[in-house]
Amino acid sequence: MRALRLTNWDAIHSKPHKISMQISIAHLNKTFFRKEQRTIAYENLNFQIRQGEFFCILGPSGCGKTSLLRTIAGLESATSGELNIQPLGSAKPGTIGMVFQEHGLFPWMTIRNNIRFLLENNVHMVNRDLDAIVNEFIKLVGLTTFADYFPHQLSGGMRQRVSIARSFANEPDLLLMDEPFVFLDYQTRCALHGLLLEIWQRKKKTVVFVTHDIEEAVFLADRVLVMSAHPGTVKTIVDINLLRPREFLTLRKLPVYQDKVSELMELLREECEPFTRNNKQPA
Amino acid sequence: MLKHRYFWLFASPLGILLFWEISTRSNLLDARFFPAPSSIFYYLIFISPGEGLWTDINASLYRIFWGYLAGCISGIALGVSMGLNRTVRTIIYPLVALLYPIPKIAILPLIMLIFGIGEMSKIVVVAIGSFFLVLINTLHGVDGVAKIYHDIAQVYHIKKHNFVLRVILPGALPAIFTGLKLAIGYSLVIVVAAEFSGADAGIGYLIWQSWETFSIKAMYAGIFVIGALGLVFSLMLNFLEQRLTPWRDYNQ
Repeated sequence: MRALRLTNWDAIHSKPHKISMQISIAHLNKTFFRKEQRTIAYENLNFQIRQGEFFCILGPSGCGKTSLLRTIAGLESATSGELNIQPLGSAKPGTIGMVFQEHGLFPWMTIRNNIRFLLENNVHMVNRDLDAIVNEFIKLVGLTTFADYFPHQLSGGMRQRVSIARSFANEPDLLLMDEPFVFLDYQTRCALHGLLLEIWQRKKKTVVFVTHDIEEAVFLADRVLVMSAHPGTVKTIVDINLLRPREFLTLRKLPVYQDKVSELMELLREECEPFTRNNKQPA
Repeated sequence: MLKHRYFWLFASPLGILLFWEISTRSNLLDARFFPAPSSIFYYLIFISPGEGLWTDINASLYRIFWGYLAGCISGIALGVSMGLNRTVRTIIYPLVALLYPIPKIAILPLIMLIFGIGEMSKIVVVAIGSFFLVLINTLHGVDGVAKIYHDIAQVYHIKKHNFVLRVILPGALPAIFTGLKLAIGYSLVIVVAAEFSGADAGIGYLIWQSWETFSIKAMYAGIFVIGALGLVFSLMLNFLEQRLTPWRDYNQ
């Protein structure tokens, strides 16, 4: 049954094949200098992100994971080291997509125009039927009846759905997601995890997903990079070899899933200990 | 209470006028200096038009229109440029901070020296007055456009003209409207002051002339017209603001 669903998805994705991206990172460092104070965001990072995989970066807050993602996006620059995105298309417009913590929808544009505006500026979308693409993706996230609403008329979960639709509609080779569900309630988050995986399996994009939520990482990822804080370094990379398509309600009962969650919890608890030890509780 | 916004729009000025009317009629106020509003309105409607009221209104509106338009357009343009370009901002900002606090009426003689005593000098002084208010508010609005929109524009390679016209301008629009509203009021102040001296028509001219000839009712008629213009301009701008910023939730 599951295999059948997979082949269906493959059939839907029969457009001319676009190459997804792979990323290799070597000795990457970033240091902030502010008023003679030196803060290391991340230090000596070495890892690779494979083509087409769902890659999670998991770490406590302040470990530099957002900074790393912004460096990959080209929004920040690293202090030293190598960041190689292959095929070298990072300079080519429309090849990278990004979803932020906040939905980042333009309040003065309707849902339809929010998606359309980015497509109009995408050089890969010239001579394409933009209206059809917009409608397809609005339908994909189940917001057809809200297409002409403004973002403030929608709930938080709906807005983030638009945000996801907007990024996928651009057909990015690489999709960067910076804790996109962090401000949503638990139920909405679960629903959006399912939706995200469904779209991802149809569109086969490389996804780099930053989060501090362990269960989120295990449920979504092919591999999870665990970062340690102060300075941010790669602690380890954990393979999540769970079958796809995944369903949360089934998966959470499986021992393999629970093992992965505990494994990551152990890794992150080590991260928290020095913090609790150094901060004595007031008497 | 606020549901009856349009009721209070008329009710509160009318209340003051009623109080004034009663005070004058009961001799609490000196009728020579504070003639009853009803007599002022009578004068305004039946006598002033015969004394060239429409010529005066036309003259003032003409100066306000062109001065305000020029000031607002250049204020928005320079405000956006300063907001988006650090070099422009660094060079221009000290000049703005230096020139903004100078009362615009104080430089009217200088402007008349340059542009002559005709229409142009009055248009220019209105333009300068509007310009600074719109510029400062526009700059504030551009600064207020959230960083995330800059990030999105960079990641998705939004073209520069699209970024300015469809992200920065709408994002700054609420603040720009604050500037536009301040500027229209200020334009009225400036145009009246400019017409006090060196004008042969205009509402300021009307008020000053009436004062000099002690036709107090004509003077009040001029003041009432200014007030009415201010009210009409505010309502027009509010209407325009609601039309152009439909994403703003006015019930909040």
